[in-house]
Amino acid sequence: MRRYRRVAFLLLAPSLVLVALFVYGFILWTGWLSLTNQNDLFVPHVRFVGLANYLRLFHHPRFLIDLKNTLTFSLIFIPGSLVLGLVGALLLNTGVRGEGFFRTVFLMPMALSFIVTGVAWRWLMNPSSGLNLLFSALGLGFLKSGWYTDPAVGIKAVALAAVWQLSGYTMALYLAGLRAIPPVFYEAAEVDGASPWQAFRYITLPLLTPVTLSAVIVLGHISLKIFDLVIAIAGISGGPAFSSDVPALFMFVTTFQANRFAQGAAISIVLLVLVSFLVIPYLYWSLRREVAE
Amino acid sequence: MRRRPLFWFFVYLALSLLAVFYLVPIYVLVVNALKDYREVSVEAMWRLPEHLSLASFAKAWFGDPGTGMTGLGQNFMNSVKLVVPAVFLSVLLGSINGYVLAQWRFRGSETLFFLLLFGMFIPYQSILIPLVKVLMALHLYGTIPGLVLTHVVYGIPITTLIFRNYYAQIPRELVDAAQIDGAAVMGVYRYVILPLSAPGTVVAVIWQFTQIWNDFLFGVVITNKPDVQPITVALNNLAGSFIVEWNVQMAGALLAALPTLLVYVLMGRYFIRGLLAGSVKG
Repeated sequence: MRRYRRVAFLLLAPSLVLVALFVYGFILWTGWLSLTNQNDLFVPHVRFVGLANYLRLFHHPRFLIDLKNTLTFSLIFIPGSLVLGLVGALLLNTGVRGEGFFRTVFLMPMALSFIVTGVAWRWLMNPSSGLNLLFSALGLGFLKSGWYTDPAVGIKAVALAAVWQLSGYTMALYLAGLRAIPPVFYEAAEVDGASPWQAFRYITLPLLTPVTLSAVIVLGHISLKIFDLVIAIAGISGGPAFSSDVPALFMFVTTFQANRFAQGAAISIVLLVLVSFLVIPYLYWSLRREVAE
Repeated sequence: MRRRPLFWFFVYLALSLLAVFYLVPIYVLVVNALKDYREVSVEAMWRLPEHLSLASFAKAWFGDPGTGMTGLGQNFMNSVKLVVPAVFLSVLLGSINGYVLAQWRFRGSETLFFLLLFGMFIPYQSILIPLVKVLMALHLYGTIPGLVLTHVVYGIPITTLIFRNYYAQIPRELVDAAQIDGAAVMGVYRYVILPLSAPGTVVAVIWQFTQIWNDFLFGVVITNKPDVQPITVALNNLAGSFIVEWNVQMAGALLAALPTLLVYVLMGRYFIRGLLAGSVKG
């Protein structure tokens, strides 16, 4: 048996080596880079500069806008996807005919790339076309907006497209969660004279809490990493007055256009730390729960 | 529970409104991509085409030598050349890892799994600079094999997760019986695990295919020349250029979306399983 386990471990080795190098090794490398002065294509004397790149970052107006934009994005994207996902899942779970058709339509955006979504939404949110035309025709002129071209809207427009694309994810999660609730719970509630609202409030919602938690973590980490969609809708400049800019885009431009590698590394480490705060407890919790079962 | 007709009326009404919300962007893409360039205008975006025309698809695919616009056809093929080996290799590695982690747990294997999974959630920005340097040193920067390597490595966590959860359902007794019959680690894999792997493999293949086909970040960072860029990067360049009419941009978006959309429509059930696996607890 011991010998077998050694063989098994050897089978795992190639992947472990690759991940150790490409994930953990590279993160350490980036971390080191962020503490140096390599802010040009060629730096004759590479020096350790401590937290200088980080300090500069937290006084950088663009980075502060990015953090605020990330927050704004999350506050629309996460609740939007949760509500739409839950409503869709509840509707699909009523046992309607044609459920398969509707489910296929609702989750379809998940199969598209952010770039394709971006092309469609950029035209839908073109100020002189798309949704604005539709709103005028429907007598809803007050809904007209400059969308991503208006600095006051900016990232909120991108968040709308993100809800369109990813609410199917929460819908799939909630649908699986709903299907896992034993029907006897509802039968018992009905016997006890509970109204449908009470059944929803005291059975469905509490039993969906773990699903909601998973969804919030996954959507939250997507909010921190959002990049493709911003480029595809607002362009690489991040929209007027950086109104759609996000840390991932700032990192990309800083590193690969301005060649300020150490500064770019610092941005990416900040992103990594933020994502870790969200993901590590979650991973720990889900693996624990799995062992306990 | 018995439902009243009024209840069903509102359910269908709500479902239809949702369907409209999800279909509107697709409608806009399809309707405008099918228009002749003379018919295209910002004001007529919602109107159906009077004459169906595939000219914008042809232009999006082949380009237009007159204006120096390069078509997406070449990039579509780049994505194919990228996706086939990258999916195959990452699924193969995931299957082996999943097998070991599900059936041959050893001390510390849970910790290793945790460390592996974390690699799936990291913002890739935090590894991009070393990645570019290493690929340059290996002479793989700016090449499709470089992109393949990248997608294989960063695909390991999710494929391992999918297969581990899948293989965990295979009863231990089957493995024990094979061992009594004289099979060792590889024998068990070959004669017990592999023949049972089809559903899990379909989930992993579809998931990886969609992820890699749709990737933009690695493509834009690793491939700098248009003739090696995958389709997402080329589409983004096309959409950002002012010389390309927007019906051509929309046709290009549909061409880029076609393969994953097709797989989704035909095998949606497996796609959703991959989606659910991504939230760790399958």
